[in-house]
Amino acid sequence: MATMPILPNMPALDLIKSFKLKTKQQELLIRVSILCLVYILAFITRLFSVLRYESMIHEFDPYFNYRTTLYLTQNGFYDFWNWFDYESWYPLGRIVGGTLYPGLMVTAALIYRILHFLRFAVHIREVCVLTAPFFASNTTLVAYFFGKEIWDTGAGLVAAILIAICPGYISRSVAGSYDNEGVAIFALLFTFYLFVKAVNTGSLAWSLASAFGYFYMVSAWGGYVFIINLIPLYVLVLLITGRYSMRLYVAYNCMYVLGMLLAMQIRFVGFQHVQSGEHMAAMGVFFLLQVFYFLDWVKHMLSDTKLFQAFLRITVTCAVAVGAIALGLGMLSGYISPWTGRFYSLLDPTYAKDHIPIIASVSEHQPTAWSSFMFDFHILLFLFPAGLYFCFKRLSDATIFIVMYGLTSMYFAGVMVRLILVATPAVCLVSAIAVSATVKNLTVLLRSKNKGVQTGSTKGSSSSKASSKALLDQSQPFQKNGAIALLFGAFYLLSKYATHCTWVTSEAYSSPSIVLAARGAHGSRVIFDDYREAYFWLRQNTPPDAKVMSWWDYGYQITAMGNRTVIVDNNTWNNTHIATVGRAMSSYEDEAIEIMRSLDVDYVLVVFGGVTGYSSDDINKFLWMVRIGGGVFPVIKEPDYLVNGEYRVDKGAAPKMLNCLMYKLCYYRFGEMLTEYGKPPGYDRARGVEIGNKDIKLEHLEEAFTTSNWIVRIYKVKPPNNRW
Amino acid sequence: MKQPRPMKTFVLQEQGPIELTHATISYFFPKVEASVKTHSSTPMEAPIRATEFLRFTLLSLLFFVCRSSPSHDLLISNAERRIDLTSHIVKVYLTLKVENAGSTPTSEILLAFPPTQVDHLATVEALVTKGKRKKTTLARLDVTPTELPDAPNGTKYFTIYLTNPLNSGESTTLEVLYLFTHSLEPFPAEIGQSESQLVYYRDSALILSPYHIKQQTTFLKTPSTKVESFTRVEPTNRAGTEMKYGPYEDRHPYTFSPILIHFENNSPFPVVEELVREVEISHWGNLQVTEQYTLVHGGARHKGVFSRVDYQSRPNMNGVSSLRYLLARLPPRVHSVYYRDEIGNISSSHLRTDSRKSELEIEPRYPLFGGWKATFVIGYGLPLQDFLFESSDDRRYLNFTFGCPLLDTVVDKLTVKVVLPEGSKDPSAVVPFTVEQHLETKYSYLDVVGRTVVVMEKKNLVPVHNSHFQVYYTFKPIFMLAEPLMLASAFFLFFVACVAYLHIDLSIRK
Repeated sequence: MATMPILPNMPALDLIKSFKLKTKQQELLIRVSILCLVYILAFITRLFSVLRYESMIHEFDPYFNYRTTLYLTQNGFYDFWNWFDYESWYPLGRIVGGTLYPGLMVTAALIYRILHFLRFAVHIREVCVLTAPFFASNTTLVAYFFGKEIWDTGAGLVAAILIAICPGYISRSVAGSYDNEGVAIFALLFTFYLFVKAVNTGSLAWSLASAFGYFYMVSAWGGYVFIINLIPLYVLVLLITGRYSMRLYVAYNCMYVLGMLLAMQIRFVGFQHVQSGEHMAAMGVFFLLQVFYFLDWVKHMLSDTKLFQAFLRITVTCAVAVGAIALGLGMLSGYISPWTGRFYSLLDPTYAKDHIPIIASVSEHQPTAWSSFMFDFHILLFLFPAGLYFCFKRLSDATIFIVMYGLTSMYFAGVMVRLILVATPAVCLVSAIAVSATVKNLTVLLRSKNKGVQTGSTKGSSSSKASSKALLDQSQPFQKNGAIALLFGAFYLLSKYATHCTWVTSEAYSSPSIVLAARGAHGSRVIFDDYREAYFWLRQNTPPDAKVMSWWDYGYQITAMGNRTVIVDNNTWNNTHIATVGRAMSSYEDEAIEIMRSLDVDYVLVVFGGVTGYSSDDINKFLWMVRIGGGVFPVIKEPDYLVNGEYRVDKGAAPKMLNCLMYKLCYYRFGEMLTEYGKPPGYDRARGVEIGNKDIKLEHLEEAFTTSNWIVRIYKVKPPNNRW
Repeated sequence: MKQPRPMKTFVLQEQGPIELTHATISYFFPKVEASVKTHSSTPMEAPIRATEFLRFTLLSLLFFVCRSSPSHDLLISNAERRIDLTSHIVKVYLTLKVENAGSTPTSEILLAFPPTQVDHLATVEALVTKGKRKKTTLARLDVTPTELPDAPNGTKYFTIYLTNPLNSGESTTLEVLYLFTHSLEPFPAEIGQSESQLVYYRDSALILSPYHIKQQTTFLKTPSTKVESFTRVEPTNRAGTEMKYGPYEDRHPYTFSPILIHFENNSPFPVVEELVREVEISHWGNLQVTEQYTLVHGGARHKGVFSRVDYQSRPNMNGVSSLRYLLARLPPRVHSVYYRDEIGNISSSHLRTDSRKSELEIEPRYPLFGGWKATFVIGYGLPLQDFLFESSDDRRYLNFTFGCPLLDTVVDKLTVKVVLPEGSKDPSAVVPFTVEQHLETKYSYLDVVGRTVVVMEKKNLVPVHNSHFQVYYTFKPIFMLAEPLMLASAFFLFFVACVAYLHIDLSIRK
């Protein structure tokens, strides 16, 4: 800048030379630009749903999160924290501030505030819709740093790229999927990264940071239990493998104590953190570390090994005994609560099926099929073991951590479909190590050969150089070709991965499930916007204090979009209440009306796919209502609704099935409808049968609204007849 | 999650022969003894032959003659009134032949309205025919509401100001048009899905006027031939969709003869309870309009069941008065139109554009039955050069339509907000009718001091109010650059910070 060229020739050359970057600068530039591109890619690949449909909140739980965020931005944090919600779980209500993880809402509200402070007049809905992609972008950065920490920058970059488009993660972080997991995966990986960094450096600052990361995770998602069990397990493994160090001691103690204190500030967690069975492992390991440190100190003081051995035996026995007695006493006195059903069902996949139908009924709680592993991980599924191999080859504190994280989370991913999400970062990191190490080895091979021809002055590690030279000597002609072929193979696989991810994102994970789209007869796109039609009708044309009874799946949507009170919703905290609704739905009308009157129900909402062929409707969910209802009220018996163990709705269906409330409400006046050419009237397209009861009369309810494609039907409960 | 199967042709079953069970219900009318009261010394001579359907309302108290009228020297030699009841906006065309029987020239002519009608009166326009026989042109006259101190029974007045005073003995012909909203009362007030909508219309067979009327006739036009009942004030004739009251001769001032017509009106009654139009001016070339509607069907309330089967399979007999779609007429060259509500986009809308106008056909999420509500937002962008002009005194002005773009709709309350660009000064609005005005400040993207918003409010609007208004303001073009410069400097600072971070070593330990 300072010297402008006066002489035409020389300074120009100089200028070019001065602009020519050093290798290190070049590397930095490339690295930063790759990271920037990955950051942007991770964001935009999640925008399919916004482009296809609109900027809207998806599915079920996000609607609750959206509603609470709206409340938070409108009424402030204090009101939000003390919010008692009368609109759900009528007549019980719900203490919202004490029964949710506020991290997501607070994050979105904070982003909203900052944007408004900077005078970006965005709507809170846009912020909520884009929160998940934004945090996914941040996750790629964390993955880069994590990869750098456990392996090298190359692995970090590959990890960032892999996680940016991995379908397992995208499934929960597309635009509009405004759920806890959206920020929680970022928080999870960030906490792990900070902890590994703390263990590697032994620095109090990093472990403090990891405690705060943990706090954020606790505030965001119930999955924090995974962290608070994995880290102690990791510490324990390090202890057993003789990798105990001061660094570990500092990192774990600081992280645990501070993290615990911080976590207890979240009302939903509170004293559970020191009292419940799920958190006991962390505490046990904390005490164990103290004993270890004490022993270490004693060993240092005592020079006599025999004396120390005896002392060791006594202390260990005492410590274990005291610990066991304390645990036993705590359990017996009820001070330490036992494990919850959800935790059990993680350890024993068959537990929920036998004991808690409400957990088993949720589709995302099903055990994972192999196909969905393939669907969500693609080539990572094969790269993962390879990465494990590389990790074991170069064991360090950090690689032990990632191996443990990978293996445990893979187990959990096998137990529950939704936990694939937790495994995704680990799988990406381990696979990134495999990709990076392989590609690096191959390129080193290629380059060292070229350099060998010149005069070997590579910067690579001496061992790899030596090994490559040794290989070089053995079979020179094949090696170069082989390496090139392998490199091309790797790039082919990776490009396949990229296309697969994009395809999965656009086809499978970008549907809002509120708006349904289908192809019409002429290939045109048909939109079924029935859900919103019904919810908006409820919002506008029913009394503001009307109570709506529906199956719990639609509870959050009715309160958020319909702005009406519901009996049960997706926060399935009260099984009896849900069972009562299940019982009403599976009883005869005159029995059901008693239940509905006792619950003050004004409207009943059912979802019915018989006209459009929409298969996830209430008739297909009905057996779960029977099961959950029957679990609490033994009058409801599942065999009453089945014929020879078969669930059917046609003429051969069980009489109780044909006359229960749910059947009547779904098929009321459906017998007059002709849904398909060449089929009799009352032909149910979702199940492909002609319905068995076409002459349905309703006595205590009347049709209040049916959407244009019949997907949602709303009935009004008639007031009782006059006695005179 | 399985996607729904592609829709094949959607056929609804036709059910055998349909029985037309629309019973003609005869409603019971309380029979009130006709009590004719005269408040003045002049005896009532009105030969009212009240039929048995005649019902006197409170308005019957208006039967008297006011002597102290200031312009009793005027008289109306011939009056013809045509009342159009086909839609839910009642249109009244009044032709008056006014004669000055006094000695002094006058240029003010009074129109009288009973107080119950004035509340529903949306607009009054008066035209005068000029020129002779063949070359007649119509000229608009000023009309203003007037308060008179001795108005009998709360009668409200409007004064028409003639351009040329009416000399003694001269006569002139006035065309008066006025519109009533919310004047059709559904009876029965609640109807089922398959019933048709019947309404009451209340008026007087005789024109309420402070002047003596020599001869008058009233014609009423109903939307269909189905008229349940009507008051007879002889001579009364009914033929097809038209009813004729009169001619009546020589009626005194303030003569009133209430009539009640009960007829079928199956047109939907779209009423926008509240409409907020926000017009945001950007000097970068765009005019962004956002309209927030609270729409209600103002007809007979829906009662009982809504059956989708019946509604889909027999649309001619079910929900005939339901509001299925609305048509909005937008300016030409409209772009980026959206139609949404609180919970998201509404996919059922169609936009048709040509060089002169754009038509947006919108369907609410669900058909609106009587009493059902829907709120929604329509937004669109327009090219700025079509609406923003420079006035002679170096000011700029926006020229835009005031009313609601939906056709045939009554707006109970309209708020127009014109958001001027940041940095504009001295706003002033010119509106062809009286509105309430005030200023607000709005913060939009990257605003520091906020934008001035001119807010105008008006109640009870009809499509006639879709006339243009102007907002004048001064604006220096340099303010346009403020926001780009702010962004550019923010980015610049960011890069400087990055460079500084890379070059400065902040570590404590060396």
